[in-house]
Amino acid sequence: MTFNWGLARKRNALTARARIIREIRRYFEEEGYLEVETPLRIPAPAPESHIDAIPSGEWFLHTSPELSMKRLLAAGYGPVFQICHCWREGERGRLHLPEFTMLEWYRTDAGYLRLMDECETLIRSVTAALGKGEKIIYQGIEIDLRGKWERITVAEAFSRYTRCSMTEALQNGIFDELMVEEIEPRLGISGPVFIHDYPASRGALARLKADDPTVAERFELYMGGMELANAFSELTDPSEQCSRFIQEQEQRRTLGKAIYSMPEKFLDELSGMPQASGIALGLDRLVMLLLDLPSIDEVVAFTPEEL
Amino acid sequence: MYTVADLRKGLKITLDGDPYIVIAFDFAKPGKGQALYRTKMRNMINGTILDRTYRSGETFEPASLEERTMQFLYKEDNAYHFMDNKNYEQILINEDALGDTKNYLIDNLQADVLLFRDKAIGVNVPNFVNLRVVKTDPWAKGDTSGSDSKPATVETGYVLRVPPFIEEGELITIDTRTGEYSTRVKS
Repeated sequence: MTFNWGLARKRNALTARARIIREIRRYFEEEGYLEVETPLRIPAPAPESHIDAIPSGEWFLHTSPELSMKRLLAAGYGPVFQICHCWREGERGRLHLPEFTMLEWYRTDAGYLRLMDECETLIRSVTAALGKGEKIIYQGIEIDLRGKWERITVAEAFSRYTRCSMTEALQNGIFDELMVEEIEPRLGISGPVFIHDYPASRGALARLKADDPTVAERFELYMGGMELANAFSELTDPSEQCSRFIQEQEQRRTLGKAIYSMPEKFLDELSGMPQASGIALGLDRLVMLLLDLPSIDEVVAFTPEEL
Repeated sequence: MYTVADLRKGLKITLDGDPYIVIAFDFAKPGKGQALYRTKMRNMINGTILDRTYRSGETFEPASLEERTMQFLYKEDNAYHFMDNKNYEQILINEDALGDTKNYLIDNLQADVLLFRDKAIGVNVPNFVNLRVVKTDPWAKGDTSGSDSKPATVETGYVLRVPPFIEEGELITIDTRTGEYSTRVKS
């Protein structure tokens, strides 16, 4: 008999994790959201250049519940939220597990800016429920949760933290590298920060900004240099969505990746979807942040390597 | 040939003709962006540290190193002395070149010494080694959760976190890839 001390040591983290999930459910219930469950195994994920699904028989394990949740919105449900496992092939690191837990929610009455406010309220209320103050420490970094959280555009972040503009970074094919090496580590260091208005090419399911169609109404929330959530004002035009998917499929073909079939039912029903905005938050990472733990491995009972 | 999926701490690759060892590695992926593989490597010849970020699809040549099984004899100042099992020739390796592996070297251990152009530049240790605990606090009575940890020093001088029930004189198994406690060896 071997006593699994590594697993026993996770008791405090797993207990706090359960507490956090309870608080999230309580928050959404009070705000009038309906909790939904959608299938984890689906015929095909949304075609996106850099997100790879894990096959399951002839189908796939979903990479996010996005398509199914939007079909619910189109059928008149909303606001809705879901807490579920998602799978992404090849993603493993300090902040990544190929199987992770997503908190995803949609509201039908507002654009992406409203979701920023909601992130502030949600995270403050979860933090308070854990008995933590308005400042949290993550890996030696003090993050002040009070007041309105900073909001900067992606273009501003490039000019503030790198030696080239967002446009130059895109032209030279170094957008992702600069984001990871120069920008991310500096985001959300004194307080949380929303970085918004991503290049149009970086949001296959996002609405473009009416007064500047070179950028999408998309934001990410960063705390302590860690990406926590991604949100859009949702694209609801089926023909525009279809042509974006085709572009993504072309990109996947160029990269030599698997081509996913078009999500036809989703596209058929999309025209009935009201104006909405949606957000996906990495629940494991929120737990890491609130418990001041350096690795995602420490907030789940088992990593793939431990199975 | 290695791919980015093989990158991990301890991997040895060739870069511009020199052998390098990966000393830190992380997977990064900005939202909706491509996967990036951030590595920190040490040149195994001159000790230079290098930061490199790779993308999916990139490949690496393994470091071309010769491995010879040798016996670890003793440590003197910063030099670790080994003896070749075949020809009884003795060599020494500097502490800096050993990196974390020095934490697992006990007298008479059989280890694979790595040679580059006949010069010893490092050591491969087994994934798991058994080492004796030489110093740790006694188990506090009443603590039955089994979930706490305490520091322990093993015979090589290495300090790590162990479960509270581990006592001085016990033999424990350490995972050399992570440097962490694995199990208690039943005597």
